[in-house]
Amino acid sequence: MSVFIDESTRLVVQGITGRDGSFHARQMLEYGTRVVAGVVPGKGGQTFDDAVPIFHTVAEAVAETGATASVIYVPPAFAVDAVYEAADAGIELIVTITEGIPVLDMTRVMPYVQERGARVLGPNCPGLISPGKSKIGILPGQICTPGPVGVVSRSGTLTYEVIHHLTGDGVGQSTCVGIGGDPIIGTSFIDCLEAFEADPETEAVVMIGEIGGTDEQEAARHVESAMTKPVVGFIAGQTAPPGRRMGHAGAIISGSEGTAAEKIEAFRESGIAVARRPADLVGLVREALG
Amino acid sequence: MKVHEYQAREIFRDHGLPVPLDRVAATPEEAEAAARELGGAVVVKAQVLVGGRGKAGGVKLAADPEEARRKATDILGMDIKGITVERVLVAPAVDIASEAYAGIVIDRASRRPVMMVSAAGGVDIEEVARSTPEKIQRVGIDPRYGLLNHQATALGFALFDDLKLVRQAADLFRRLHAAFLDVDASLAEINPLVVSEDGELLAIDAKLNLDDNALFRHPDLEKLRDPSDEDPAETEAREKGLSYVKLDGNIGCIVNGAGLAMATMDLIKYYGAEPANFLDIGGSSNPEKVVNAMRIVLSDPNVEAILFNIFGGITRCDDVANGIVEALGRLEVDVPIVIRLTGTNEEEALRILEGVGLPATKSMDDVVQRAIEMADRKAAPETAR
Repeated sequence: MSVFIDESTRLVVQGITGRDGSFHARQMLEYGTRVVAGVVPGKGGQTFDDAVPIFHTVAEAVAETGATASVIYVPPAFAVDAVYEAADAGIELIVTITEGIPVLDMTRVMPYVQERGARVLGPNCPGLISPGKSKIGILPGQICTPGPVGVVSRSGTLTYEVIHHLTGDGVGQSTCVGIGGDPIIGTSFIDCLEAFEADPETEAVVMIGEIGGTDEQEAARHVESAMTKPVVGFIAGQTAPPGRRMGHAGAIISGSEGTAAEKIEAFRESGIAVARRPADLVGLVREALG
Repeated sequence: MKVHEYQAREIFRDHGLPVPLDRVAATPEEAEAAARELGGAVVVKAQVLVGGRGKAGGVKLAADPEEARRKATDILGMDIKGITVERVLVAPAVDIASEAYAGIVIDRASRRPVMMVSAAGGVDIEEVARSTPEKIQRVGIDPRYGLLNHQATALGFALFDDLKLVRQAADLFRRLHAAFLDVDASLAEINPLVVSEDGELLAIDAKLNLDDNALFRHPDLEKLRDPSDEDPAETEAREKGLSYVKLDGNIGCIVNGAGLAMATMDLIKYYGAEPANFLDIGGSSNPEKVVNAMRIVLSDPNVEAILFNIFGGITRCDDVANGIVEALGRLEVDVPIVIRLTGTNEEEALRILEGVGLPATKSMDDVVQRAIEMADRKAAPETAR
């Protein structure tokens, strides 16, 4: 088991011939992900790298290949329509890598997706990986190794840093999920925590948050009230000034809300051990695993 | 992106909100003429993109055009939280019977806009939210249906007893919501929303923040950007596709990824020093980006060492290494550079850097400690070499 994806996941890549889409489609194929289709309007009938059939629409791709998940590498102005299209085609998991989607567009697409029973991961996220089984998105597969730790994070490269430490110390991962750095995201910390709690392969969870919003605080309350598995954490942005967007659209301290200090306190109050440095997470995970 | 009050007032007025007419002045003479044109007493307000201008003395009443000129003389050129006032807004003074608050923000948890009103207006609404949250009424707006009439009316009743005012307020809330959607705002606020002695509902202040992600479909609004709101280096970074925020420390950082960049800053602090900046070079890593990043970080005179922290994924370490080599050839680099590279094509990158005598480490903790050491040595040159 793993969460959200496994070796049976059949993936369609929306925007498979673009610069990012083609590069990462190859990386995913190499990793062993079952990339069954690509979608590029106007390029239906072609084949990507002599291996993956391309369709004009997601609906055709689903009908022909039985795709269950999609990944979106489409420029921001068109990405939200790609999400609607995937939801309409019956895709269950829509991984949205694109950075820069207008926030109000996300408010509109989310209820639409939910009504159709689909899940959006992202936007502005690195995707997810179940080591040895499947990866969707842009996470570098070679830094991961299978094992008992679930990782959930708002960040990309900071997550790689943490996974790198875990793998380097012989601690493998069940699934690593990047939920994205935007203010409105489709899959929350809590969604991932629930999935990890239910996954028999996951024995402990690493939760990596950052400044902005109150998702970490809500996640901490959830951990306290609903999780039996140990959770350890890290929060980035202790030195970030208020009122400034730190790269991610969602990484901004508004007034006095969303500081690293309040999130760290919420973690501690809920029994989540907090690492002061990314490197210290490994020790905390080892303690949690007992 | 923040826009000035006078710009927000115009946008609100275009959406039929009751914002009194006003004029913008860049000189005391213009302020005097504006007051004469508007007639009667006026208020002279500093136009700066930071809060707390009232407390800083940036908002003054003037009984006549002559006094408006004197107040404008006081306010223009004033320093408010590090920003020099270059323009004032001149608007008719209103005899205020009561002050309320109305605003819309994006609520991240419920993934929708939320309208908030409070009868405790005219003050810092965040303070109200902290100390007396029960004084704020909130209603979530379903993005599929917009602000419903009954919701707007209920918010009106939260502020007023008089039915005429309730109806006027409900209409105002719908217009504020329409403006919010039209410009892709992340925040739209009227504080205070006042009832005048004549019983008129008026928006006498306006605040609007726009969603940076949506500016591509509002080229007209992009033009409202005030370059003085940003450090010039931040403007250059934005134009070059980099995220840069200047800070006060002496350790310059160049990192790929926002989370890792913040964690790097935090680690500098952990080891007892202060970061000079946040800088995310983003996902793709052509060498030119690295040259630009170096130039921007070097433009900060406080920087005494530069550290690179690159975790290669989409970013290829050899691209970054080539960028560093190129930057060293093109820029005058008078501070030590320490480099951490790991991930995609790291071996190739280490070879490139060794070729020019730049050692690199694979550990984030190492690179941060070495950067601090180098900066300390540079600050105390007698112990160097």
